[in-house]
Parts: sequence; structure tokens; C-alpha cells
Amino acid sequence: MPTIVVEVMPKQELLDPQGKAVAAAIARKGISGVSAVQVGKRFEIITEGPVTAELLESVKALAEDFLSNAVIEDVVSIEVVE
Amino acid sequence: MTKIGVVTFPGSLDDRDALRAVRLAGAEGVALWHADHDLQGVDAVVLPGGFSYGDYLRCGAIAAISPIMTEVKAAAAKGLPVLGICNGFQVLVEAGMLPGGLIRNDHGNFFCRDQKLRVESTSTAWTNEFEQGEEIVIPLKNGEGGYIATEETLDRLEGEGLVAFRYLEVNPNGSLRDIAGLRNEMGNVVGLMPHPEHATEPGFGPDTDAAMRSGTDGLRFFRSVLNSLAVA
Repeated sequence: MPTIVVEVMPKQELLDPQGKAVAAAIARKGISGVSAVQVGKRFEIITEGPVTAELLESVKALAEDFLSNAVIEDVVSIEVVE
Repeated sequence: MTKIGVVTFPGSLDDRDALRAVRLAGAEGVALWHADHDLQGVDAVVLPGGFSYGDYLRCGAIAAISPIMTEVKAAAAKGLPVLGICNGFQVLVEAGMLPGGLIRNDHGNFFCRDQKLRVESTSTAWTNEFEQGEEIVIPLKNGEGGYIATEETLDRLEGEGLVAFRYLEVNPNGSLRDIAGLRNEMGNVVGLMPHPEHATEPGFGPDTDAAMRSGTDGLRFFRSVLNSLAVA
């Protein structure tokens, strides 16, 4: 099934408490060499048929105004995979 | 009798406390349902605390586009008083009714305490019973209450007097400029992270110098809206 993959990450300049907590846990697991972790989101939007230009435009708008919140997050990628 | 609606979303927790607070203030509480398009003729709306839609996507993001919020947004634009408490504040921000965003507390923990606040704006539907600069104490309980906005937005909020409440003594979640709550330009929409509905009845509120659990500073939010509706 064609799938539109949208990836959203917290803004670089903002504190990412979730990423910080994961980084601290990684250190506790005895793995060294990790300086930071950022936790984001990946949406897989499965379509009923081929991805039309129109649908892709709708998803791009959706990514900006619903799947992400521009105050705190960035949409880092939108791609179509078969 | 003045009717104040309280919206229940799937995952709302403090809707019944909010309805009780409304009754204690002397109004009729009306339960509103997220999936309805009907505000049932209420004179004001409270968006309560909790974890609407399990905090899926982002806190308040899904509730912000629920059927009832279409109506709340339209009515608020015409002046309907709306108070967003905790998750309700997150819903207001996600609905674009107040600016900025709320993120996970900077220290990563859920925090629950009786919180001292300074009232920064009294010319709103929900704060007119307070004195400018008055210090109040109401409970606070959240995991994602860190208020953020761009420097430009923060400066505008300060410049236009739209900060409604500021944290005093302890900033419990890393909120920028100690912002605990905001108001809109018209003054009918107010949102804050702490919980006024939990400080409305002697015996169940925060401790005060007078007696344990005697704090009822929260009741004045609900009395304020009755004042503003009586004037209007």
C-alpha cells in the first residue's frame, strides 16, 4: 500500500526533556559515547490508492497545522513510499 | 440562573470538580459533551483538566478539533467567556485561541503542589474579583505545563498585558517568564495550568495561615464570571 511518511521533531533550540531522560537511561545501561538523544514522531499515512498530487498537498498542510505544532516542533520530512 | 457549561472529553478528569465549583459559586452547571455541536444555551464554558484523548499526538491537540470546540471557538469569538484549566489551557493553545505552546516540564517529572500565583490581569471575565498583583494559592498538577513561545510573542504578551497569572516562589515546570496563565485581547478567554476548581470549598483546598485546607481562592474565578455576565 502506498504510504506517506511524515516525520516531526521537537525544535532544536527547545529543551527536549524526553530526549534528556532517554539519554540518561542509555548512560545507565553502560553505553558510552552518546552525547544526546532527541525523540520525535513518525506518522505512516496509508492511502487507499496511489498518492495523487492533491492528496500529498493535503497531507503537507495537515503535517504543518495538525500533525505538528509549529511553536514546538518542525516537520523534518514528508515522503511517499510504496 | 446563569448556566456554565463544562465540556467532558474522553479522558477529562476534573469535569465533575469543575461542575461542583460552578454550583458553589452560585451558577447552574451544565455538562457538555465533546462530540456534540450543542452548547445548550450556556452563558460561559469551562474546559476542564485531565488527559483528553489520552494526550495522543500532543496534549489538547485532538480535543482542539472536536465538534464541541468548533462551537466554543465560534462563540468565544463573539464574547462567550471560556476558561481553560490545565488540559483545557492546552486545548485553548492548540485551538489557536491563545498563543504559544505547552511542553513537558523541564525537570521531566509530574509535579503536584499548592502553587502561589500572582494575578497579573484583573480585567477579564474570570479574574475581576481579584486585586491587581494579588497573590493567591491554588493546586497545580501537571507533567506538561512548561509554557513556551517565541521571544517576539512573549514580548507582545507582556506589552499588551495578556499574561494573566505568573508563578511565584517556585516555577514548577520551566515556563518561560514564569507564565502560569494567559488571557486573550477581549478578556473573555483565560487559560492557566493550575486548578482553581480544586480550591473552592473549605476543607478541600490548599492550606492557609488560618487553617488546614481552608483555601478557596479558586472560587473567585467562578464568581468573577458571574459578575461579568451580570454586567453584560
